[in-house]
Amino acid sequence: MIKCKTSKEIGGMGHSKKRKEDARFIQGKGNYVDDVKLPGMLYMDIVRSPYAYAKIKNIDASKALEIEGVIAVVTGKDLEKYNLHWMPTLMSDTQMVLPTDTVMYQAQEVAAVIATDRYIARDGKEAVIVEYETMKPLMDPFDALDPDAPILRSDKEGKSDNHIWHWEVGDKEKTDDVFNNADVTVKQQMHIPRIHVASIETCGCVASYDKVKNHLTMYMTTQAPHAIRTVIALVAGHVGLTEEKIRVISPDIGGGFGGKVPVYPGYVIAIAVSFLTGAPIKWIEDRSENLQADSFARDYHITAEMAGTSDGKIQATRFKVLADHGYTDASANPSKFPVGLFSIGTGSYDYGAAYMEADAVYTNKPPGGVAYRCSFRVTEAVHAIERMTDMFAKKVGKDPAQLRMENFIKKEDFPWASPTGWSYDSGDYHAGLKLAMDTVDYDGFRVEQAAARKEGKLMGIGISTFTEVVGAGPSKDFDILGIKMFDSAEIRVHPTGKAIARFGTKSQGQGHETTYAQIIAEELGIPMEHIEIEEGDTDTAPYGLGTYASRSTPTAGAAAAMAARKLRDKAKKIAAHLLEVSEQDLEWEPGKFFVKGAPEKSKTIQELVFAAYTNHPEGMEGGFEATHYYDPPNLTFPSGAYICIVDIDPETCDIKVRRFVAIDDCGNIINPMIVQGQVHGGLTQGIAPAMYEELIYDEAGNILNGTFMDYLVPTAVESPSWETGHTVTPAPHHPIGAKGVGESPTVGAPPAIVNAIVDAVSHLGIKHLEIPVTPFKLYKELKAVGYFDKQEA
Amino acid sequence: MKSITLKINGAEHTAEVSPRTLLVHLIRENFSMTGTHIGCDTTSCGACTILVNGRSVKSCTMLAVQADGKEIITVEGLATAEGLHPIQEGFHLNHALHCGFCTAGLMLRAVELLEKNPNPTEEEIRWGISGNLCRCTGYNNIVKAIQWASAKMQGRELPSTEPEFV
Repeated sequence: MIKCKTSKEIGGMGHSKKRKEDARFIQGKGNYVDDVKLPGMLYMDIVRSPYAYAKIKNIDASKALEIEGVIAVVTGKDLEKYNLHWMPTLMSDTQMVLPTDTVMYQAQEVAAVIATDRYIARDGKEAVIVEYETMKPLMDPFDALDPDAPILRSDKEGKSDNHIWHWEVGDKEKTDDVFNNADVTVKQQMHIPRIHVASIETCGCVASYDKVKNHLTMYMTTQAPHAIRTVIALVAGHVGLTEEKIRVISPDIGGGFGGKVPVYPGYVIAIAVSFLTGAPIKWIEDRSENLQADSFARDYHITAEMAGTSDGKIQATRFKVLADHGYTDASANPSKFPVGLFSIGTGSYDYGAAYMEADAVYTNKPPGGVAYRCSFRVTEAVHAIERMTDMFAKKVGKDPAQLRMENFIKKEDFPWASPTGWSYDSGDYHAGLKLAMDTVDYDGFRVEQAAARKEGKLMGIGISTFTEVVGAGPSKDFDILGIKMFDSAEIRVHPTGKAIARFGTKSQGQGHETTYAQIIAEELGIPMEHIEIEEGDTDTAPYGLGTYASRSTPTAGAAAAMAARKLRDKAKKIAAHLLEVSEQDLEWEPGKFFVKGAPEKSKTIQELVFAAYTNHPEGMEGGFEATHYYDPPNLTFPSGAYICIVDIDPETCDIKVRRFVAIDDCGNIINPMIVQGQVHGGLTQGIAPAMYEELIYDEAGNILNGTFMDYLVPTAVESPSWETGHTVTPAPHHPIGAKGVGESPTVGAPPAIVNAIVDAVSHLGIKHLEIPVTPFKLYKELKAVGYFDKQEA
Repeated sequence: MKSITLKINGAEHTAEVSPRTLLVHLIRENFSMTGTHIGCDTTSCGACTILVNGRSVKSCTMLAVQADGKEIITVEGLATAEGLHPIQEGFHLNHALHCGFCTAGLMLRAVELLEKNPNPTEEEIRWGISGNLCRCTGYNNIVKAIQWASAKMQGRELPSTEPEFV
């Protein structure tokens, strides 16, 4: 049970308050970007390349322009006149807005059609005739490193290969030394495939430029409205669009998962066209466009190695990554972290030697490198370490649960310095795994499994005990385009004791309107029902870097608590004045200050707020408002212990998740119901890449599953009934001890599932399976080890 | 252009529509009822699900002209003067929505499901909503919400809406 300090009426931390945002969504009154309708609005549709790599010989828009209602066709040559045909990426690479001569991936934007209606815009798109001269695309990242490979980014002066960057961390010499002298080593090549966030709402915008006021209002699907405002100002300042003339409104967002962090060409074209015509321009992607052209996630090829003693002590790990970035590095990472926070990949285990390196290359695939509900490349790292831990356990002949228990960092050893440079803040890994094992009856399952194997049944159990790293981040290390990754909260309490609070983050379903109100209620004792939360409007909200990478609670949540504490300090001064005692004589309980030893002498927070407007002490500033910009001293390190049980049909190779128990530790819990909801959703986005999702390309560069018909987002049938629980190890450096949770399950679930599937077939000689583990892939592996021969014989 | 007349949430509407106009666009753009959403272009996601003469239909795959003379219910028509529909209450109380984008479609699909099968099992619910995608919730609580609505509509004891932990 979670203990609450506040009453149910106040509804501070720990209460499973129902969500405030639900009322509008269940009644069809949400306001998503495609719901925005402005007078005189025009519609934009985008002509896309059918080829992965081709020269553009000619674009003939004449037939399109003959259609009644088609206003304009915009090409790269048009944008070039304003120097808007290229734009910078978040990783300081360059990306085409519209091409002037070459297309670099299938479905790349080639031209934009502007029309009076979305159907006419589509007619215009079909009528634009583009002549291409195709070239052989480079689809394999290993081929891209070949010295004879064509140089894809010949637009970059002096570029003589397809290599983007090299990154490394850890002590190479020490690690190599441990490997050279180790009793046991294991090694595995694995691919974390290219996948897509596929939020149910696609991306889109309404760009509305007012020529008279020289003012742009940009309604758009963005997880980071303030950062977008600054980027627009940096890109378009030279045409007079400076930052005070730009208002970015991020209305209700229909899921983000990282896919709504980047700036896509469609947004920029819409702004440019609105700027030139003075008309509002609406651009809404189709699902197919979204899957085929918007940022991918993952696509890491990892060679992972682990060394240890023959009795099962982990001593070192070595990871080598090849990252396929498509034609430009448009990752959504903090500037100094080209591989994101991949270096968390030493996991939850106590050992001192690790070395990781990564190289990134260009290919003829769409750009990206976004999170897919994960804190900057942590999923890739967790998959590698958790698979290696199981392989190591198998090699030394130890049960994977026991081996983990023996290697975990101990509760009393925090803060713990990882061999790749992190300072893990807190955790209790043993307690989490024990709770998960007890819940699932781990030992009982092992008995059942041994008996079942004798009857030829295939069932397995898999564990993942992961450490996440979220809450980016401390300003000394973390920035995006130079802007430090602090976050903010501004609280205004009205004379009658009701409040509005504004934030630089932006919920896409996380429930901020409820949880932020609970944090403020916890600190001020004002009932959460009376605290309105507003995000997503750069004209009203304080500057912030947005919502992604589970950073909102660790950063903006902390800012809310800190701003509220400033107000509580002020309330205390007012209370001392009204009660005619010194501040030292006052004590706080949620909702009021009272005199020590004389609890009948008290003032409620509502009385104190009212006094701030009506009867404040002489010399004190009136009103009751506070703002705080929170710069975290460290990241937070949520963790989890997940156990999965699978049954495999020996004939069809169909894989059924029988049980999945997820024990998360996200520190102190603001709203247990919302945390559980986040975990459920993250788990389904964990089973997705483990068993179903992968963006598949052929050698000619065609995407083979670029629609919802064939890109397999799990339905309620594929998604198991999740069992969840928690341990609570508060983050010691965080004002409310919270750690962030939205992405832990996506990070932790895939290796638990794969470890379970491998466990089910490991006695047949199968050591590893690549994700997504589909029935057909499993069938081929089982066939290769002669499983079906034995059955037939 | 063709003139059509249809009932939406009990009110009669007339519109001049082009034969190719999709029903979802008629509802969203001509009648400005934007609670019905579009999440895909292949009839896969179900975000646009509405009721047409009581049957759940993906309105992105029906032409507006096919709705001539039909009775339509959208999310805006679920609540009555007496209050929210049990499925709306069920979704709210059981935390069955996060971003809210798929919610209208799922609720309307569930309304028909409960009409045909007032006491569905968990498996029947999961298969029954398998034409609707949700990317946020992991479906556990959507199943609970539909079970809750079933109990409410059948006058059974209401299940707890507190989260259950191991």
